[in-house]
Amino acid sequence: MATDRLQSTPLSQRLGGTLQSVFKLDPILLFFVALIAVIGVVAGYSAAEQSDAWVERSVVRLALGFGLMLVVAQIPQRWFFAVAPWLFAMVVLMLVAVWLVGDMGGGARRWLDLGVIRFQPSELMKIAMPMTIAWFLARRPLPPGPLDVTVAMLAVMIPTVLIAGQPDLGSSLLIMASGLFVLFFAGLSWWYIGGFLALAAAAMPVMWFFVMHAYQKERVMTLLDPTSDPLGAGYHTIQSMIAIGSGGIWGKGWLQGTQSHLDFLPEGTTDFILAVYAEEFGLMGLVLLFVLYLAVVWRGLWIAEHAESVEGRLLAASIAMTFMVYVLVNAGMVLGLLPVVGAPLPLLSYGGTALVTIMVGLGMLMSIRTQRSFLGHDR
Amino acid sequence: MLDRLHDHGRARRLFRRRILFAALVSLLVVLTLLGRAAWLQIAQHEYYQAKAEKNRTRVVVLPPERGRIFDANGEVVADNVATYQVQITPEHSRDVAAELDLLARVLDLDQRAIEALEERIRVGRRFDPVLVKADLDEVERARVARLKPWLRGTEIVSSLKRVYPYRELMAHVVGYVGRINAEDVKRLDPDAYQGTQYVGKTGIERQYEDRLHGEPGYRVVEVDALGREVKVLETVRPVPGKDIALTIDVGLQGVAAAALGEYSGAVVAEDPRDGAVRALVSRPSFDPNLFVDGISHKDYQRLLTDPDRPLYNRAVTATYPPGSTIKPVMGLAGMQYDLLDPDKPFFAGPYYQIPGNEHRYRDWRKWGHGWVDFKESVYRSVDVYYYDLAYRMGIDRMHEFLTDFGLGRKTGIDLPNEASGLVPSRDWKQRVKQQVWFPGETVIAGIGQGYMLSTILQLADMTSTLALSGVRHAPWLVASFDQPREPRDRLDLEKDDYWDRAREAMRAVVGHKRGTAHKIEAPYPIAGKTGTAQVFSVAQDEEYDAEELERRLHDHALFVGFAPFDDPKLAVAVIAEHGGSGSGTAAPIARKVMDFWFDVTPDADVQPEFSEYGD
Repeated sequence: MATDRLQSTPLSQRLGGTLQSVFKLDPILLFFVALIAVIGVVAGYSAAEQSDAWVERSVVRLALGFGLMLVVAQIPQRWFFAVAPWLFAMVVLMLVAVWLVGDMGGGARRWLDLGVIRFQPSELMKIAMPMTIAWFLARRPLPPGPLDVTVAMLAVMIPTVLIAGQPDLGSSLLIMASGLFVLFFAGLSWWYIGGFLALAAAAMPVMWFFVMHAYQKERVMTLLDPTSDPLGAGYHTIQSMIAIGSGGIWGKGWLQGTQSHLDFLPEGTTDFILAVYAEEFGLMGLVLLFVLYLAVVWRGLWIAEHAESVEGRLLAASIAMTFMVYVLVNAGMVLGLLPVVGAPLPLLSYGGTALVTIMVGLGMLMSIRTQRSFLGHDR
Repeated sequence: MLDRLHDHGRARRLFRRRILFAALVSLLVVLTLLGRAAWLQIAQHEYYQAKAEKNRTRVVVLPPERGRIFDANGEVVADNVATYQVQITPEHSRDVAAELDLLARVLDLDQRAIEALEERIRVGRRFDPVLVKADLDEVERARVARLKPWLRGTEIVSSLKRVYPYRELMAHVVGYVGRINAEDVKRLDPDAYQGTQYVGKTGIERQYEDRLHGEPGYRVVEVDALGREVKVLETVRPVPGKDIALTIDVGLQGVAAAALGEYSGAVVAEDPRDGAVRALVSRPSFDPNLFVDGISHKDYQRLLTDPDRPLYNRAVTATYPPGSTIKPVMGLAGMQYDLLDPDKPFFAGPYYQIPGNEHRYRDWRKWGHGWVDFKESVYRSVDVYYYDLAYRMGIDRMHEFLTDFGLGRKTGIDLPNEASGLVPSRDWKQRVKQQVWFPGETVIAGIGQGYMLSTILQLADMTSTLALSGVRHAPWLVASFDQPREPRDRLDLEKDDYWDRAREAMRAVVGHKRGTAHKIEAPYPIAGKTGTAQVFSVAQDEEYDAEELERRLHDHALFVGFAPFDDPKLAVAVIAEHGGSGSGTAAPIARKVMDFWFDVTPDADVQPEFSEYGD
């Protein structure tokens, strides 16, 4: 405790911020994230047919999200790693519980009913996974040897398979990615990486024939020929591309988008909000937004590079790259590059659960940034 | 130590390289996304511009019509009825305010409703219709239609609403549909349910959701720059859901429900020859129509807190001790395991004692029955006879035989939430209760008490098996689809004679003048068995009401039976909660059900009446 207080004083003096004397946060990261959130409200106002009520709700949510981020940023990072393995074990147990007794709503068993609250353990796993793998690898000699890689891979794959079986393929891939990123940053040999890639390529036909559901295959197929499925995913893709393409370089102007306002675009405020934004603000708007996203990712990587503890380093880098994957999956879908999966765009899509997960992740980044422990590396 | 420091530095440099690599990859990802955006927004801009401006098409979903549900005779038990609503499209109207004023007068809309409508019209688009009033009755429809020349912007549109004409009677079989809620959305294919309002929530509606639902169609329409429909380019008709015919006979169902009268309870009647369920009644019941358009909180609370639990399916989800109704099966087990000679007399005193133990297991008849053989033990329901048999058989053999008979496991009927009941065993008690099995528990299991639990459907199934001397069918409710009508399996015993013995003993229950159900003897030969299920406790939170408490302490009355004896066509299982005795209350209910099925004028003498002598 004493060391924490000692080290925080010179840090806040050096950065000279008044905020940091009260809160521990990273002003640069906060700046980029806040800008993206502002863009989200501006685009959402248009997508929600200029509803004041929507803006109100959305601002309240964002405020709560930022509050959560700041709260998480105050938590000493070693606390994360103290709870990480337990949290991980608990979530795996919950996943097994969902699998065994979970509220079977016919097809998808994702929810666990704990009487008062019902929640998706898979959402918790998005946070627990990188924490746990980072915690584990930081305690081993790096780069990891074959045994440690095997253990880490098992820890990555068990929840991944459990979640994929729910079935929630989108979440399981994101969770797998967050775990694999930690391994990558821990210095996993390129030979292993090459091997995994080959294995993944070999697994694809297996996934296609044995794991993926009919509707999921359909979504991949419609990517190749969007016109084949005018009612479903293909329709979304076609309309999304028309909206974006018709926006041009400079866009049609705020509130002037025709495609989104005439209800051509489904889910305008959620998964397809990027299309609404791209129609009204054009390529220039997209450049601005993507530069901001890139800035968040790079700042995250910078924080990772400057983190003093091994696990903080690994966790920060994984969070940053997972954030990148979120952006890629959603933007790829909206731009017609990737199949339609229900994945939100960080900070822009209107949705509570996803926002919570992302804000917790960003809060952890800030915690790692501001609570550098000079004792961190003496393992 | 130096080595480790060296390693540490190496790992640190490796990490830095990886970070740089990741930074590069994320840059490439962003460049790829922007490249794609540039392709769409610069290179393809004109193409998409033209698409957006000129070729505006919109897809309008056409939801399928849900399949209807019929009973065995073609009576509709779940129907789709057109309902009408009034809506107003501002741009078609000459004077919206005047039209609303007129509508308010003919439709009895109050000032608040009008203000809400004006607000919605103000914020909405001029070509989007706004709902004025739903569920119009005929008078309102006629009034609006008559005023049509002055109501340019107003139109009446119809939509289909699910209706259950038999209300309470079929609720526990057919179930109900309800508005699709957030929970349903997760398990449904979103594409297939676009534009659909309802989804099956319970009963047949839920079990056969896939077949009832159908597939949506769509209409591709061209719209102008403002989004107004200009012309229809393509129409794909929806594929309506399939109709379903039940095995249930609504007539029989109604008679069974009426026969239960004021009692809570259940009646299941099935055709033993193929397992078709002809009646499945659980009372009290509820009106499924309340759920269709969203039940009000008040109504729902009323149903949930009703002490008689109308939402609870007493035929397939509730379990009760089967009581003496399992005695014929116990007899079969005794013969099969060579523990019982049906002709050998047995002295049945007023109680039974386990050798070397003081505890007295009493017969329902205080002074015992004297010398009885197997047949008499059934038709007079001699408890001591079965205490002794059960003790000699042991719980594990009993478990094996009763399980073969279908007790303690689901029958597989096509309804959700079927309970499996329970046939206890040493192993079960160790596993679930972590306790050893006591011999005394075997003794009371012999008369279907203690841990043993079964559904009324299982008892009907058991009776069917007895009726057909071991030929077993899975009970089923939907006749439309290829259901296996062949027997599911056949229960073979050492000698076929055992079946005859058990069946004859059941016949004597009704036919013999001292049989416990002799008073329901009918022009056609009925065989059966009476029973009672003990009620042990009164819930703590119930208000103290002497009479009510008195009633709730009474045992549940049970009867299982089949008829005609020589060529069984109907097997019936009845429970009347707190009915007292099977012979006084449950048997006459079964008789009424059978009378209707075999077209016999009901006999005034067999009205159910409360009685408390044992069986």
